Amino acid sequence: MPERILLQRARVVDPAAPRDQTADVLVEGDRVAEVGEALSATDAEVLDCRDMVLIPGLVDMHTHLREPGREDKETVETGCRAAAVGGYTAVAAMANTDPVADNAAVILEVRSLAAAANLCDVVPVGAITRGLNGEDMAEIGEMVEAGVRMFSDDGRCVLTARLLRNALQYARAFDGVVLAEHCEDASLAEGTQMHEGGHSSSLGLPGQPREAEEVIVARDLALARLTSGRLHVCHVSSSGSVALIRQAKAGGIRVTAEVTPHHLVFTDEDLVTYDTNLKVNPPLRSQEDRDALWQGLADGTIDAIATDHAPHAVEEKESEFDQSPPGTIGLETALAAVLTHGVDVGRIDLARAIEAMSSAPARILGLADHGGPIAPGRLANLTVVDPRSEWMVNPPFTSRSRNSAFLGRTLRGRVVHTLYRGGLVVAEGKPTR
Amino acid sequence: MNKHLLSINDLTSEDVIRILDTADSFREVGTRVIKKVPALRGRTVVNLFYENSTRTRISFELAAKRLSADVINFSTGGSSVAKGESLKDTALTLQAMGADAIVIRHSSSGSPYALTRWVHGSVLNAGDGTHEHPTQALLDVYTIRERLGRLEGIRVAIVGDVLHSRVARSLSFALVKMGADVTLVGPPTLIPPDVAAWGVQVSHDVDAVVPKLDVCYMLRIQRERQRQQYVPSVREYSRLFGLTTRRVAMLPEGALIMHPGPMNRGVEIDSDVADLPQAVIEEQVTNGIAVRMSLLYLLLGGSAPPPGRAEDSEREEAGADA
Repeated sequence: MPERILLQRARVVDPAAPRDQTADVLVEGDRVAEVGEALSATDAEVLDCRDMVLIPGLVDMHTHLREPGREDKETVETGCRAAAVGGYTAVAAMANTDPVADNAAVILEVRSLAAAANLCDVVPVGAITRGLNGEDMAEIGEMVEAGVRMFSDDGRCVLTARLLRNALQYARAFDGVVLAEHCEDASLAEGTQMHEGGHSSSLGLPGQPREAEEVIVARDLALARLTSGRLHVCHVSSSGSVALIRQAKAGGIRVTAEVTPHHLVFTDEDLVTYDTNLKVNPPLRSQEDRDALWQGLADGTIDAIATDHAPHAVEEKESEFDQSPPGTIGLETALAAVLTHGVDVGRIDLARAIEAMSSAPARILGLADHGGPIAPGRLANLTVVDPRSEWMVNPPFTSRSRNSAFLGRTLRGRVVHTLYRGGLVVAEGKPTR
Repeated sequence: MNKHLLSINDLTSEDVIRILDTADSFREVGTRVIKKVPALRGRTVVNLFYENSTRTRISFELAAKRLSADVINFSTGGSSVAKGESLKDTALTLQAMGADAIVIRHSSSGSPYALTRWVHGSVLNAGDGTHEHPTQALLDVYTIRERLGRLEGIRVAIVGDVLHSRVARSLSFALVKMGADVTLVGPPTLIPPDVAAWGVQVSHDVDAVVPKLDVCYMLRIQRERQRQQYVPSVREYSRLFGLTTRRVAMLPEGALIMHPGPMNRGVEIDSDVADLPQAVIEEQVTNGIAVRMSLLYLLLGGSAPPPGRAEDSEREEAGADA
């Protein structure tokens, strides 16, 4: 008899069904056995989920696991454990490792490390160009055979329009493949430290205009139209980009987009103390941009919320602002940040939040076992959240790094249990393996 | 007043007046045969200079020494920094050695803020990247007040590469705080965005601004701005924005010409102009010592009163030592 877990009386929010009602969910082995009212199951481990929300496991389409190469910052295992603690059951591991994930060998290595960790699914992202050099197309076909569905040179933008055009066109040979672009014009971004505006002027930090993103979003959308290729825009930060993507979607261009929790919560004004944990790329932008991001998320222009989890060593972040690498960790705070700053204040509703953090990224990545619906026979990738639990973000983190933009901030909403393939990988907020 | 001086925005207008008034009383010390008062005896001031700046370092060194503080100059060449020591470890080391104040000059904007997270003593910003240079602004304001007798309502143009100038930021903030009317003048590429929020005006036409000024403050232009395409050439910059003899003739009578130094004679300021009597550039330097004495004294909570009441100083100091 397989192990049975009965999740009792949770508010089940399952946008893929769609469903939002109180129910019991019975998990048997690695699968959901039953969803219904007042289920009983002998020998099942019963988890009382009253006042809690049960959702499909979260999916992060933008994670930097740093392995291979920078295991001092994060490993596949520590990153997966941080993901599980944050309620994630699948993460897409970005390609800018050392060596770069531009060939099947690195992809298979990351996959095998993830399988050994057995904490969540890891979907490796392949590089679009060899060594992220922006010039020579990587062997996309070989990586597709190794299971890759998303390709990205994240960390930088594909330099030339010609190469991106060819890559978008070439990738059409493979079903379900999407190219994810870090949209940033290198010449406008060079040397910049934050968003360009009144705050960069006062702080004396070289500013990056939002147009550094928008000119590339516009270019890439035009190329997606030209090639009929599938484009995904990473970490949208500017109001103008939201408008361009909205218009492109209306025009039938095959584009999806993501936004990070930190761009939804913080603005350039928060940099007044030169806090290096708030130095991110793209930079935190203005209030107006932040409002446009929420609007784009609410109306579906932006499909997904992705963390851009970017672990960095303490000594790298504890340095001069212009010498500190950009990035914040995010897996352990993403859901609480979205609940606190989005759902609780009425910017988006809970179902949309869960869709953006689970169903939508699962759909974009082609992960049939994630994102719901929560139904009999499907793999039990589930998360239980206490939406009212308040906590202050402070070390220790499950991640190997602690460069969180949210350090010292109070958030509401805590992941209580995470079930990955039916296994309780997080119980009562603590990792079990 | 705060424990640190990181930005002019840390100060109220009352603080500024107090700093200037205290500097007034310290300036007299520089004219004595024995240029020293015991105000900071036994206190340690570290000059932590990550950028070469002989004039600012010497000015701070003299200021601290005239207050009888022990002064340590820590420059990056030949120190542990050259061996790759981080700013944090350097700060912790200075902290462990008992620095009461750290005067920091650094090429990275915001470095003094980072320093305050790691040390207990006062931190004085002696210029950080393209952010601020508050002591320069205070000595400039001191010089203007002394020469013109007031700050409120005076009309000041700050001309040149405002975008990259820490002096321009601090001086704009200080002058606006004291009620002056400030215009930033330069090519549009060298004026930072959204500066209206500073309470200043912007112009790109020197000739239109000059006839209405009480102070014409010239900034240094670096030749690399040409390579970076901010201006087509230093020659054209000089022609459009340099302070020439012709433009000086358009200045109202009694208007001051100022420059933070070091000057590029013949680029942003004609050589003859720099030597005119209304150019108070050397006075700025002299006043810098008194203003820095004032700041060190006020920030370190000087245990003795300012000079002029020398008879009290020994007693007060003994009390503070207890």
